[in-house]
Amino acid sequence: MAKIKVNKSRCKGCYLCVVNCPNGLIKIDKDLNIKGIKAVYYSGTRCTGCGMCALICPDGAIKVIK
Amino acid sequence: MKKLRNRQTGKPANNGPAPLCSHSLRDVENHYCAGCGHGIIHRLVCEAIDELSIRERVIGVAPVGCAVIAYDYWDFDVTEAAHGRTPAVATGIKRVRPNNIVFTYQGDGDLAAIGTAEIIHAANRGENITVVFVNNGVYGMTGGQMAPTTLAGQKTATTIHGRSLRREGYPLKILEMLSVLPGTKYAERVAVNSAHEVLRAKRAILKAFKMQMEGKGFSIVEVLSMCPTYWGMTPIQAADRIKNEVATFYPLGVIKSC
Repeated sequence: MAKIKVNKSRCKGCYLCVVNCPNGLIKIDKDLNIKGIKAVYYSGTRCTGCGMCALICPDGAIKVIK
Repeated sequence: MKKLRNRQTGKPANNGPAPLCSHSLRDVENHYCAGCGHGIIHRLVCEAIDELSIRERVIGVAPVGCAVIAYDYWDFDVTEAAHGRTPAVATGIKRVRPNNIVFTYQGDGDLAAIGTAEIIHAANRGENITVVFVNNGVYGMTGGQMAPTTLAGQKTATTIHGRSLRREGYPLKILEMLSVLPGTKYAERVAVNSAHEVLRAKRAILKAFKMQMEGKGFSIVEVLSMCPTYWGMTPIQAADRIKNEVATFYPLGVIKSC
């Protein structure tokens, strides 16, 4: 089973990964990151490792571990 | 695969290499706004270079615009050119060093406004270079003024009631203009508004580099990018705008290939 690792300090909060995840597994955090932005986090266990979130992330903050 | 290191601290990257990250892309944070397409396009260029294993002999020419410090993010030889004169500088480099792979990375204010003469003549001469043309429809670096590629009715800092076709004229379709020149061998328009489009964009950039390596001639890839800050939208709305408005005026796909 694949997993997503988000580097929260790099996230700028564009949330393009949130809309591009086909399973809706990426959610917006409640806490702020070091930039004062609500970063994203991986929720759930059903990641198929398609890599769409990492493809669209402009800041290279998402890593898909297969 | 060699572990990437942070250039500023010298330590191994704390999150490991980014997923599709490559050796050509430095593991540093970029200065672009949230949701800007430049970050994606920088990565696609680097991935194409790594897949073709040409990092040691590629020379990039950075533009004037938001991507002016692209050399801070790319780990290969990059030079800077005066505003719009990027294809002229690339021509010189390619003619002196024909074994190197030379590409230019330009925005729409750089390529379609001040550099129109340079790009048209570089294409007409059939220079064996690759051009990555990032079209977001505004001047991002200077504060969101109208660019030649701004769509009709789009509000910018200099067209506060929307671009009027009677006063400012029609948006410029650079790719269609260049495709009628016999020197242009490959012209494709792609977008980066969704993950599927990003995959297509990667294929197009890879093909453009391959055309140059085969010595076929001038290749250009136009990438429709989003500028949420100066479109006055959220990044998600900006991505939808590319799909619903921008891509209807600038049709995606291969314009010319030979």
